[in-house]
Amino acid sequence: MKSESGLRFIAWQMLTGDRAKYFGLVLAIAFSTFLMSHQMSIFVGLLDRTRSQIRDVQDASVWVMDPKTQYVDEVRGLSLQDLYYVRGVEGVLWAVPLLKAVARAKASDGTFRNSILLGVDDASLTGLPQKFLAGDWRALRNPKTVAIDRVGYEYFFGRPPYRTGLELELGSQVVLVGAVVDASPPFVNLPVVYARFSEALDMVGREPRQLSFILCEARPGVSAEELCRRIRAATGLKALTSESFGWDTIWYYIRNTGIPINFGITISIALMVGALVSGQTFSLFILENMKYFGALKAIGVTSMRIVGMIIMQALIVLAIGYSIGVSLTALFFELTKDNLDLRGFRLLPEIMLLTGGLVFVVVMIATMLSVRRVVVSDPAVVFRG
Amino acid sequence: MMESTNGRAAVVCRGVEKSFGAGSTRLRVLRGVDLEARYGEMTFLLGPSGSGKTTLLSIIAGLLKQDQGHIHVLGKDLATLHNGEAALFRLRNIGFVFQQFNLIPALTAAENAAVPLLAAGWKRKAAIAEARELLADLGMAHRADVLPNQLSGGEQQRVAFARALIQSPKLVICDEPTSALDGPTGRHVMELLRKIALSPERAVLVVTHDFRILEFADRIAEISDGVIAKVTTGKGAR
Repeated sequence: MKSESGLRFIAWQMLTGDRAKYFGLVLAIAFSTFLMSHQMSIFVGLLDRTRSQIRDVQDASVWVMDPKTQYVDEVRGLSLQDLYYVRGVEGVLWAVPLLKAVARAKASDGTFRNSILLGVDDASLTGLPQKFLAGDWRALRNPKTVAIDRVGYEYFFGRPPYRTGLELELGSQVVLVGAVVDASPPFVNLPVVYARFSEALDMVGREPRQLSFILCEARPGVSAEELCRRIRAATGLKALTSESFGWDTIWYYIRNTGIPINFGITISIALMVGALVSGQTFSLFILENMKYFGALKAIGVTSMRIVGMIIMQALIVLAIGYSIGVSLTALFFELTKDNLDLRGFRLLPEIMLLTGGLVFVVVMIATMLSVRRVVVSDPAVVFRG
Repeated sequence: MMESTNGRAAVVCRGVEKSFGAGSTRLRVLRGVDLEARYGEMTFLLGPSGSGKTTLLSIIAGLLKQDQGHIHVLGKDLATLHNGEAALFRLRNIGFVFQQFNLIPALTAAENAAVPLLAAGWKRKAAIAEARELLADLGMAHRADVLPNQLSGGEQQRVAFARALIQSPKLVICDEPTSALDGPTGRHVMELLRKIALSPERAVLVVTHDFRILEFADRIAEISDGVIAKVTTGKGAR
């Protein structure tokens, strides 16, 4: 077996010798990688945002709702009777109400905005986020007091430091901000306000059937899935684990909005641009080097060894281009992580792998098409002037 | 394996035929070529464009296979070798000088000269050191680290000679070695080629249509219309 280090050296020199083409190839792959990984990250981040309010409820594992509910943002209210039915199902450790509504919030300077109002159980405060940036959960024990998320706070009261005791008009009530919470960003970047269930009802105006969801937990020894099955059988209501409800919500947005199509188009364009530019540049590179590959063939380097050289060249530009592209994406999300509109978007390892796989396939197809020329080329071409 | 005629012929062609295309477009390029290139001699293959020189050269180099006839190169019937075996045979036994030199632009003169050694699996450092020595013998020591585009035509040809000779091949094939050079430079490189390439253990086959360099030939085979029309002794033999 011959050592291939000599041919690898020649391949490397041929690749990097023409700086313009070398950088062109690397940049084409880097650009394509950046566009794909960036757009995929935004896409996945957006879809993840659709279930943010489900994910923020960390102390209940089962959500109960109207049987026709499709996703978290469109609910038909349940009655208090339903809550009692659920509490009566065997295997339920506890069950509490959750109200989800939209209320107009207005600051004392007149600034107003529609806000997502979540009414959590008066006694247990189940559904309140775990992380507080100012104040704490005890503030909600006080009358007419709410917790607000960062987006809402900064919209109504300005940049940090966060303070409590500020006044906010919510629906028909004037309330005090008793705490600032770090809630996950929702799909539509509206402020999120948390109040006790009974007070939230006053804010949006009492009507029959205002209980959006029932949150519950299973007794030890009963799985969340089993509890869902029992609740469905006993009450006729829809019961889902947090995980399932989150995915149902994501799939609802995938099926019923243009998000996947728009992002799919962008990602496909990135793939095509990457394929065309890198494929074209690589093809040109091979074409311009045909006579040198021909000379190597004549000297006694087999076609397979030349294919090995070309694949090595492709893998080098692929590795460098991909690394640059994926680093740019990571840098983008690192620089924007404190931006309220972009928080929560990040480059996931799965996206890095998927992008790497796609770019690899594109570059290898371009390489194989170019390699074919070298393999099928008439070796005697080297003797023609 | 067939023995070479009288034991001194490095290349023996007998009744070699080669056609391209089929049916009405079939073109018979070689029509029964008989040719010998002997050890210790410079054999010139002379002929106009389209006479079949390049095709014959490609067959002798094992890059094309003949349709009819026999070719033995250094005692080996190349038609019986698979592509990989033929490539290895070329790598070990044949040195090439191409018409346009075909030096790799991104490699220095020394690296270009070392290409056959690198392809044969030599370590880079040793291969380049060997190439430097050979370039020094060719008067190119001071240009060993220069890229081909900074070399003159004559210097590039010397690097091409170094690449062809670095593995001490038994057969050197030169395709139009002076066609890219002016008259004086052409003469100079042919003098150099004769000086460094010719040895009793080596045959040199030069394909050319440049009549100015015929004086360097030991034997001149004129090819015309796909056959060897005439073989004469050249001035080089005197």
